Amino acid sequence: MKKFVLSLMGVFVILSVVLSACATTPTAAPTQPPSGGQPAQPSEPTAPPAQPVGKQQVEVFSWWTGGGEAAGLDAMIKVFKARYPEIEFINAAVAGGAGTNARAVLASRLQAGDPPDSWQGHAGQELIGTYVAGNQILPLNDLYKSEGWLAVMPETLIPLISDNGNIYSVPVNIHRANVLWYNPQILKDNNIEVPTSIEAWFAAMDQLKAAGVTPLALGEQWTKMHLLETVLLGTLGVDAYNGLWTGETNWGGPEVKVALENFAKLLTYANTDSASLSWQDASQLVVNGDAAFNVMGDWAEGYFRELGKTPQVDYGWAPTPGTGGVFQFLSDSFVLAANAPHPESAIAWLKVAGSKEGQEAFNPVKGSICARTDCDKALFGEYLQSAMNDWATNQVVGSLTHGVVANDSWKSEIDTALGLFVQGGNLDSFQAALVAACKSSGPCK
Amino acid sequence: MRKVFKDRERILSFLLASPSILAVLIFIYAFIGWTVRVSLSKWKGLNPDYSWNGLTNYINLFSDPRFAVDIRNTVIFTVVFVGGTIILGFFLAVLLDQGLRGEGFFRSLFLFPMAISYIVTGVVWRWLMNPATGSRTSGFNLLFSYLGLDFLQNAWHTTPTWGIAAVALAAIWQMSGYTMALYLAGLRAIPHELSEAAQIDGASRLQIYRFVIIPLLTPITLSALIILGHMSLKVFDLIIAIAGKQLPLDVPAIYMWQTTFDGLFYGRGAAISILLLISVAVLIIPYIIYTLRSESFK
Repeated sequence: MKKFVLSLMGVFVILSVVLSACATTPTAAPTQPPSGGQPAQPSEPTAPPAQPVGKQQVEVFSWWTGGGEAAGLDAMIKVFKARYPEIEFINAAVAGGAGTNARAVLASRLQAGDPPDSWQGHAGQELIGTYVAGNQILPLNDLYKSEGWLAVMPETLIPLISDNGNIYSVPVNIHRANVLWYNPQILKDNNIEVPTSIEAWFAAMDQLKAAGVTPLALGEQWTKMHLLETVLLGTLGVDAYNGLWTGETNWGGPEVKVALENFAKLLTYANTDSASLSWQDASQLVVNGDAAFNVMGDWAEGYFRELGKTPQVDYGWAPTPGTGGVFQFLSDSFVLAANAPHPESAIAWLKVAGSKEGQEAFNPVKGSICARTDCDKALFGEYLQSAMNDWATNQVVGSLTHGVVANDSWKSEIDTALGLFVQGGNLDSFQAALVAACKSSGPCK
Repeated sequence: MRKVFKDRERILSFLLASPSILAVLIFIYAFIGWTVRVSLSKWKGLNPDYSWNGLTNYINLFSDPRFAVDIRNTVIFTVVFVGGTIILGFFLAVLLDQGLRGEGFFRSLFLFPMAISYIVTGVVWRWLMNPATGSRTSGFNLLFSYLGLDFLQNAWHTTPTWGIAAVALAAIWQMSGYTMALYLAGLRAIPHELSEAAQIDGASRLQIYRFVIIPLLTPITLSALIILGHMSLKVFDLIIAIAGKQLPLDVPAIYMWQTTFDGLFYGRGAAISILLLISVAVLIIPYIIYTLRSESFK
């Protein structure tokens, strides 16, 4: 009898623990992000609630967990600690899948009302379409003014990272998407000049194909989207390309059709095993002399250096055909959470992320250039120096594959249309799917 | 007194089980219900939006060319994987059942692949099934060329339409040892008298297998079918490891993940997961009912 009473009590203890655990879930449940109702406050992101003394922290979320990225982040954290020794830095980096895992984790944290103070995101619509639309981040116009960043960043960059005149993120680094990598020896052997127009490119590749060389190295699906965006830019030109993302250029029009035909023709010059190659595998074909051309972002240059290759000898570079004088960029940037637990520390972090010192610490290690145009060129290698010159002088446009010009939903619909086309669809239904994607997830009506 | 005690015992056992019952109710059934609700909503974007959308998400999926690719791939994968695993597993079990020496060694050898995660299998098979040609040939294709079997070289998982069958090969390699273990246990449970009696009646070896042993193994085959079948419908990690997120090898689970977390189409993603759940339930529920019935007859 005593035993029975005892075990009954035990059951009640267990039950009450379980029930109380369940009872706390609804308050943290993803029903309403606390910021949902209140409008974003563009004017006063710098007025935080009072902080308990001695408990200053900043939690920064990213997917920089390995290689040059993690080393670069560490270098920037060092700058931060030197400048703000009183703030404890919490590095909440999540590994895996080029940020896919991290972004899923971040989404669930935001839905549960538990945001980090600041997080990494690709500058542009990937941030704006997701987090501004979700009232999760605040504008940083005042910070840009007080830190003087508008004077040191390219004028054509600012509209691409803004929404309704509000700037929403601090770009830390810049990569270039429209780079044509080539093997100088192969071009020399075949007496081919580096092509500057798409027509010249086709002619060069016809010649290479006849000579038994694989003209174009291509990798898995996203590298094809990367190629597509450079072909769209190269065929349409800057204004019509930018119009694609504002709804001013008709996706169903004849110019886009020409661009898609160019893209389809390019695929015929590529290696047959592209679906099984990562971007590294594909870029490596060029420096190993197995293929003549490759279109990839300039992180490929860091990879070539890792392989011990020499610039201008083992690999050369040029803007992708038809895009001379244009810098198609992408950027990792940091934001200010709308309900950051430590807004003051978050602002401190953003100041470091946008500072000359912070960017000069980060970028040479990561293998990218500064978003600022006043970084010391002596810190960078030959390719990066040329990219810095272009960044300061070229017209800047945004990348599709890397989140600048289209929001996530739109990009994923374009990706599906592209995948269906590459696996054997026809051009007209590809174009129709792109029109539909712009209507369902972009600005087209 | 005795009756009171029995009632108390019943209450106690219910109370003891209640925490796990509660956890299952909340963390499985409540979340299934929530997913159903999301699948009927217009939720797209970061913030939850439960506005009613009826069956639109489901209807759109059935006119979605990508979902058509997914269904085609799932059917091909399931047929090749389940069929291949059952045939190979049965064959290995029969071989081991012949009482050869070193049976224990071979049994472990065949079972080992199951101890590896799908990701590892995927990475290894991705390399083995390298479709590169010319000087970059490697993996199986290189092996074939060493053996003078060049006609066997092929594009493996990058073959149009049928590429998914090559992925199923990796899955067969991984799971046939498990099926072998199931069949081996089944074979050992069949009394020798039955095949001896058939032998006396003049049945050939093949006839014994065809008319005595295989029919007696039906429950095993059914279990294997259910276990392999639901794994095959849910396959995700193996394909991600072999091919990444590429449309020719797309399956519903990958589409669900990509559209939900990369594209923020929560409504559509929930609809795909509910369709996946239904397809697995169609496979499993009859089996559960069958098992419960045959148990209650005993």
